[in-house]
Amino acid sequence: MSPLKISWKSLWSKPLSASLNIMLIAFGTGILTILLLASTQIEEKLNNNSKDIDLVVGAKGSPLQLILSSIYYIDFPTGNIPLKEANELSRSPFVKRATPLALGDNYNGVRIVGTDSNFVSLYGLKVDQGKLWVEDLEATIGVNVAKEQKLKVGDTFNGSHGLTNNSDVHKAHTYKVVGILSPQGNVTDNLILTNVASVWKMHEEPHEHQEGEVHDHEKEEEMAIKNREITSLLIQYRSPMSVAMFPRMVNQMTSLQSASPAMESTRLFSLIGVGVDTLQWFAILIMLIAAISVFVNLYNSLKERSYDLAIMRTLGASRTKLFIIVILEGLWLTLAGTIIGLFLGHSILELIGYYQESTQAKLTGKIFVTGELYLLIAGLVVGIIASLIPAMQAYRSNISKILAKN
Amino acid sequence: MISIQSVAHRYNGSPLISFKDWQINDGEQWLLLGDSGSGKTTLLHILTGILKPEQGEITLNGTAIYNLSSKKLDQFRGRNIGIIFQKPHLIKSLTISENLTLAQSFANLPQNQGRIDEVLTSLGIADKKKSYPNELSQGQLQRVSIARAVINKPTLLIADEPTSSLDDKNAAAVLSLLMQQSDINRATLVVATHDKRVKDAFTNTYNLA
Repeated sequence: MSPLKISWKSLWSKPLSASLNIMLIAFGTGILTILLLASTQIEEKLNNNSKDIDLVVGAKGSPLQLILSSIYYIDFPTGNIPLKEANELSRSPFVKRATPLALGDNYNGVRIVGTDSNFVSLYGLKVDQGKLWVEDLEATIGVNVAKEQKLKVGDTFNGSHGLTNNSDVHKAHTYKVVGILSPQGNVTDNLILTNVASVWKMHEEPHEHQEGEVHDHEKEEEMAIKNREITSLLIQYRSPMSVAMFPRMVNQMTSLQSASPAMESTRLFSLIGVGVDTLQWFAILIMLIAAISVFVNLYNSLKERSYDLAIMRTLGASRTKLFIIVILEGLWLTLAGTIIGLFLGHSILELIGYYQESTQAKLTGKIFVTGELYLLIAGLVVGIIASLIPAMQAYRSNISKILAKN
Repeated sequence: MISIQSVAHRYNGSPLISFKDWQINDGEQWLLLGDSGSGKTTLLHILTGILKPEQGEITLNGTAIYNLSSKKLDQFRGRNIGIIFQKPHLIKSLTISENLTLAQSFANLPQNQGRIDEVLTSLGIADKKKSYPNELSQGQLQRVSIARAVINKPTLLIADEPTSSLDDKNAAAVLSLLMQQSDINRATLVVATHDKRVKDAFTNTYNLA
């Protein structure tokens, strides 16, 4: 009979205290797993979505808000910027690529983004079905949008004003789905893409045309272009030198501001980080309590079992064997606890993801990270440390004294 | 053959207890008589390799047992000495059969289910194989502890007050089982007791002063 089996059976002769220990460890590990998975996923998403964007130019306001609205599509935009100024910036020698964004409409909470072909190359988009948008009111949708809104190529839908609800539907213009993107693993999976003109069209005052007014009408169009606005520009620099020059240039233009995704993401993450840190310490505290409880459990049961252990010695078990048996008891507890905890962490995170409203930052429990391996190792180390003193006692015990006491 | 030569032991601070020399030949059955406090348990522990005496030497079949390393001694004890305590002291978390398997594996012997069945049958408790210790009566438990002591066919079978907590009927039964088992397994038997009921069964007696 192996020490593994002996220690296992000995633990389960007291199912209540064994379960309590396992539960405590599972809680601690569970919380740590959730933190680990969630922060890895959030960080990954933050980096993935802003990967090739050096700078965002938009209306004055909070730079974090500008980043959140233009890169992660979470917050509201800071306002609009004149197309004229945006075009000037786009032609700047510092800029390699400038991608315009026109936000402001949604379909069932999915944001409609007016942009151009630069957006396609910026994110390296590929079409799975159909084609990319060309004409006004043609839309190419992300893979999650197609799945969740049950849209397919050829379907039509009406956008509504605003970013979150369906209250103010633009009945006059109907979008037509011309393509569905292949999965990108970033924010574009959850967007409806169209051209900038379509977004403008939604918000134009309907005006009546009269025959013979063609020339006037063209003039009107020209005027309109002058007054047209977009939400923001996603900038890719031409050279590293631009970092020093370009933001300053933008900020000098009175109505505009620039924000760096890298800097703002770091700032955002450091804000979340405070909460993550607190939870982390909380989880470590639980693990510590779990370790103490494993120790107390083994220590107490050892006092009761000192006779059992002495008998084992008389049956031929060496000191080392008893040491191993007690250590294994600690290891069983923490191993079971850690594995249940990991499972718990993944399940809870999957559940959180399921009920999460924001489609942009959806979390999943189906991802495994190497950090979990360290959690497992840490759990086993806790088990060894907690059982070390009881095991030493079992090793050192004077069996003659114990047996004579009876 | 077991021999004890000029053995004496002293616990911390207490006076030295010396034991007269003792030679036990193979297959003999001995009674170790002495009142409580006369050093009976001490001598038994010395004899079984649990307590190293301050002076003297114990030889079991030519092996001076206290010259062995701690690990070797534990293993030697597991293979050659079977001990029956006043109370059965089985491992509560294991079944009767597992308790006996434990004795085999701790002595580094292969697991032998046939041997377990054989011993349990000879003690009349084969049907309790799958039971846990807390499901058995005191008398049955004492039989299991005899089974555990003889499972590895030891050369020396030692019983420490095996009858003192039993009534007349059970005491007689346990005693006859002990003698019968030492016969079957060709083990030398030493029974330590102050129980007068046991006296008549033995011809060889070692008296502690």
